[in-house]
Amino acid sequence: MTAQPMARPGPGFRGWLGRALPYLLLAPGLLWLAVFYVLPAIQMFTYSISTGSVENGYTITMSADAYSEALNRFGKQFLNSILYGGVATILTLLIGFPVAYTIAFRGGRFKNVILFLVIAPFFTSFLIRTISWKILLGDEGPILAPLKHTFGLLPGTFSILGTPIAQVAGITYNFLPFMILPLYVALEKIDIRLIEAAEDLYANRRAAFRRVTLPLALPGVFAGSLLTFIPAMGDYINAELLGNPGTRMIGNVIQNRLLVQNDYPVGSALSFILMAGILVAVAVYARLLGTEQLTG
Amino acid sequence: MAIGSTTAQGKPVAMTRPRGSFGQRMGPRILPAFTALAILYLMIPIIVMIVFSFNRPEGKFNYVWNEFSLSGWLHPFDWPGLGDAVRTSLLVAVLSTIVATIMGTMLGLALTRYQFRGRGALNGIIFLPMATPEIVLGASMLTLFVATALPPLSGSVPTLYPTGFATILIAHIMFNISYVVVTVKARLAGFDRRLEEAAMDLGANELTTFWKVTFPLILPGVMAAALLAFSLSIDDFVITNFVSGTTNTFPIWIYSIQRNALPVQINVIGSIIFLGAVGLVGLTSLRSGRAARIR
Repeated sequence: MTAQPMARPGPGFRGWLGRALPYLLLAPGLLWLAVFYVLPAIQMFTYSISTGSVENGYTITMSADAYSEALNRFGKQFLNSILYGGVATILTLLIGFPVAYTIAFRGGRFKNVILFLVIAPFFTSFLIRTISWKILLGDEGPILAPLKHTFGLLPGTFSILGTPIAQVAGITYNFLPFMILPLYVALEKIDIRLIEAAEDLYANRRAAFRRVTLPLALPGVFAGSLLTFIPAMGDYINAELLGNPGTRMIGNVIQNRLLVQNDYPVGSALSFILMAGILVAVAVYARLLGTEQLTG
Repeated sequence: MAIGSTTAQGKPVAMTRPRGSFGQRMGPRILPAFTALAILYLMIPIIVMIVFSFNRPEGKFNYVWNEFSLSGWLHPFDWPGLGDAVRTSLLVAVLSTIVATIMGTMLGLALTRYQFRGRGALNGIIFLPMATPEIVLGASMLTLFVATALPPLSGSVPTLYPTGFATILIAHIMFNISYVVVTVKARLAGFDRRLEEAAMDLGANELTTFWKVTFPLILPGVMAAALLAFSLSIDDFVITNFVSGTTNTFPIWIYSIQRNALPVQINVIGSIIFLGAVGLVGLTSLRSGRAARIR
């Protein structure tokens, strides 16, 4: 409860204002977050252990039915989320690392231009970008049409749209900048002299990379993977526009339960399981990479 | 990969790179080529968006190239509901940016300037909304809004249901606050407190010091935060979809129409937003570049 404002508070109103200032600054934003972030989370948990219907209202019955239904009926969609989200995260890392490395160490005077190109997709709507992929990968789109008709390399019935490949390509595309930027920040911070020192000490380039550059880039790998995996897990646009009913992810189910079926207990339980799963995954991942101290 | 392995032995210093096998000669070129391909991958959908904004689609769906036409650009809002949706998007973006930037800047100031109990925990709490998947944020807010209309809560508090413009605005302010705090805090981290002390030594009171010294110095950070908030708000689909009811923002409108038609106007407005944002960022970086050179 002890605040240290800019000047030592005097007596009277000004003194009171000086002591109260930090709390006055905090109040509006914190209140907003309390009412529209914390309270909804509590409400959602309440619904997940309630029974009832929209017509008659819900009563808290401490029932776990919603959770067992969520896990039993929608296990496949959870697995899809983990699978496609995980594959997309690995792909963004494999694509993003060389790109971030090139920008950080070889960018030269083009550094800012390349960084700008990396974030340029953010200036377009997420939905429009995904629809663009739908145009690109379409059965008669700019990629498949020439391959089918001009070169005859593919049979006329061949299609990518509606397969897990299109879906993973879309997710990878949409979250790639979230991987590149933190990787770039981590690589950019590396003191180049450390790598030179390793080479002076007769490490070949591969060893210097593996034992100096890579460990120092780990915080970026950690941050980038989380920034990619968390939204990828909850994504449902790519599945809906580029996938097929069999590749639906948990986000599709949550959206359907809450907005179409008005099934609040199961929708809430699904959201809670997703959130809890992500927290556990983050904790395990942090332990594996040993970067807790860097993110906390 | 022992350090003293044979490959490393004949190597005097890191300066002279051995020129031998094909792989070693191509080495320096692989990374730039790979990066160029990755950038192309990132650019392709944008190029498609812009190119297809000049298409005259054969049917209702702008999926296949037919012939060049300017009709989309000449009639950018020529589709029922589109103008309203874009207007709503802009209004929500402007209002939520203003409110979230003010609240977030205040939070950022309090968190970097003052020592108080629970500051560490507060930093964590502010980080949480950014770590929560959007779908969970949207879903949880919907449950709260619904709950205010259902027993036992109905009647006891002002209702936020049915959802619409107000709930979209509430949600956008909520998810923007954290991003503003993080951006403003990053700016405040490099702040030289002695400048404020100097102002006060010269007789300025706290308020004058704030407006004449502190605020101008953190203004670039505040502006960056506002830009980020605006772009997050105008593009948000996932959270908005949960709390919008029957009100359409531009992304919601696209989503609802794309099953039945894909008008070329979507590409036109997407291109306008893209070019506007690129122009704005280009202008800002030009200005800051010039300012840096003058200094």
